[in-house]
Amino acid sequence: MKPIRLIRSRTVALPIDNIDTDVIIPARFLKVTTREGLGRWLFANWRYDGAGKPKLDFVLNRPEAAGAAILVAGDNFGCGSSREHAPWALLDHGFRAVVSTGIASIFRANALKNGLLPVVVEPEYHARLVESAGCEATIDLEARTITTASGGSARFPIEPFDRHCLLQGIDHLTFLLRQEEAIAAYERRAAPGAGLDARTGS
Amino acid sequence: MKPRTLFEKIWDAHLVRDETAEAPAILYVDLHLIHEVTSPQAFQQLRDRGLRVRRPERTVATMDHSTPTTPRGPDGRIPVTDPQAAEQIRRLESNCGEFGIRLHALGSEGQGIVHVIGPELGLTQPGMTIVCGDSHTSTHGAFGSLAFGIGTTEVAHVLMTQCLLQSRPKTMAIRIGGRLHPGVTAKDLILAIIARIGVAGGTGHVLEYTGEAVRALSMEERMTVCNMSIEAGARAGMIEPDDATFEYLAGRPHAPREGAWDRALEAWRRLPGDEGARFDREVSIDASDLAPMITYGTNPGMAVPVSGVVPDGGDLPTLRKALDYMGLEPGQPLLGHPVDVVFIGSCTNSRISDLRQAANILKGRKVAAGLRVLVVPGSQAVKRQAEAEGLDRVFREAGAEWREAGCSMCIAMNGDQLRPGQYAVSTSNRNFEGRQGQGGRTFLASPLTAAATAVAGSIADARRITDRP
Ligand code: SF4
Repeated sequence: MKPIRLIRSRTVALPIDNIDTDVIIPARFLKVTTREGLGRWLFANWRYDGAGKPKLDFVLNRPEAAGAAILVAGDNFGCGSSREHAPWALLDHGFRAVVSTGIASIFRANALKNGLLPVVVEPEYHARLVESAGCEATIDLEARTITTASGGSARFPIEPFDRHCLLQGIDHLTFLLRQEEAIAAYERRAAPGAGLDARTGS
Repeated sequence: MKPRTLFEKIWDAHLVRDETAEAPAILYVDLHLIHEVTSPQAFQQLRDRGLRVRRPERTVATMDHSTPTTPRGPDGRIPVTDPQAAEQIRRLESNCGEFGIRLHALGSEGQGIVHVIGPELGLTQPGMTIVCGDSHTSTHGAFGSLAFGIGTTEVAHVLMTQCLLQSRPKTMAIRIGGRLHPGVTAKDLILAIIARIGVAGGTGHVLEYTGEAVRALSMEERMTVCNMSIEAGARAGMIEPDDATFEYLAGRPHAPREGAWDRALEAWRRLPGDEGARFDREVSIDASDLAPMITYGTNPGMAVPVSGVVPDGGDLPTLRKALDYMGLEPGQPLLGHPVDVVFIGSCTNSRISDLRQAANILKGRKVAAGLRVLVVPGSQAVKRQAEAEGLDRVFREAGAEWREAGCSMCIAMNGDQLRPGQYAVSTSNRNFEGRQGQGGRTFLASPLTAAATAVAGSIADARRITDRP
């Protein structure tokens, strides 16, 4: 994973609450066995009409959205299914961060593991971002801030571990694999318990 | 020792390493369930790293999401005509073969929706940590386990290390007093809970459903409740195990036997929360106040009693967008709204008791003219049981389609889907835009409401069906 420090880009706003992962990428595009190229199907039902033509009134299809890496979305973004195809599609499309007043837990976990930065801000600051959509914003992961020219700056929360991993470009797996000794020790000490007996069918 | 809740006991017992200032906790996973859609990229990560599956006996695979539920061909096999689905199926077969993972292949005896087969096979047990690359893994919490959905990268983590990095969630008690009235089901209860706390109301929390009304629920009803915890944004949902739990498990293929059963039972009886254990939040609901529920919008929190009207949300853009999509107006009654399709199935409501309820209404009646009704059992075992009871005949004679086991129209990636603009009453769990097919419009409800709607051809209240034929 590439380290992330600063994300500087124009924003694009989709200020609808509860955008679920079926909207981010509909299930019919999950019949794949790889993770590449899913950006084509990002927001497919909102982006294309029944004949597959881009809907010109959808914000991602407007010229000013081209190249924007910061998506400002409504509350509870990414709710619903656990499909990691959602952050894969957002990243493949070119987004690097999602800013909202709330981000659903599984989506957040998936996003962090792929280097898509979830940025949660207060409603008041969020409203300013929506208003100034299309302007440039800067996200500084080291400082945990998001800043725009007109709207000032806000801090966002992120777990120290996630921040560390993103800044260093380390993935969680590398960390977990280093815990082999602790895992083996747990397996030795944890009472096998009902579960274990059961699983072996004994 | 400080009194602990059910969640806290399971959490503590599975800590490989507690959280520190620098890193989240490392949680051991007892049971890992996988399916064909969210696992191929995880196995690829294993291959890329040249690693094996650490504990293959702790992972169990099934096929459900992209698999067709169309009837078997003359050769007894379920025909897979979609090349992409066929490829996912082949991939899962070869991945399970290569890494030594038990697979319940398409059409085989133990195959079915992942959250239906886990409990059915006795894999799901009290006190376990259970994960799956699927958000409705919360279903398994009905047995007093800590069960939650994960993404594909985490599926790879579990395959490689049998562990996950997790920050400790908060706890929320949902206290449900009173009793559900006849004709009001577990589905109505959970829809009412989500309407009350909101689709993000459980974010960051593990819900524990507790109280008199919960104790009175059967295991299948408890699964329906826990299943939809994720629709309130919760990390998981759970219920303390009790005699109903143990009775359900006894004798299941993977349940402990003889001496092991006695030891298990002793451990399981210690799982319920201690006297004085505290939750971070509490919500109380009286089951006696509830009526059958139905959704009117595009998330499961947008629900009202079936005899209610579409609420007026004023200018809220999210509600306006939802109503535009649904083609509904504020103030409009839901009863009598015509529908094109009725879907009875999904990991929420495809178990034998759900099918019995639906059959009870459809018996001797006919599906309304022009309506398509799909009845999709959650597993091959449910299908066999239903056929042994003659429920398949009831459905067929009423004019419904009787299908093979799978997710079917819950997710519209397997050939079963709504056409643009169609309305469906569905017993599944998500009424998101396009969830049941691009442009399709979903009303979520119980199997009773779905069956009554199938007969009426428009949204109906099963309690008003009295003309026993
Ligand atoms: S039935 Fe629906 S919700 Fe349940 S696992 Fe299948 S697709 Fe997911």
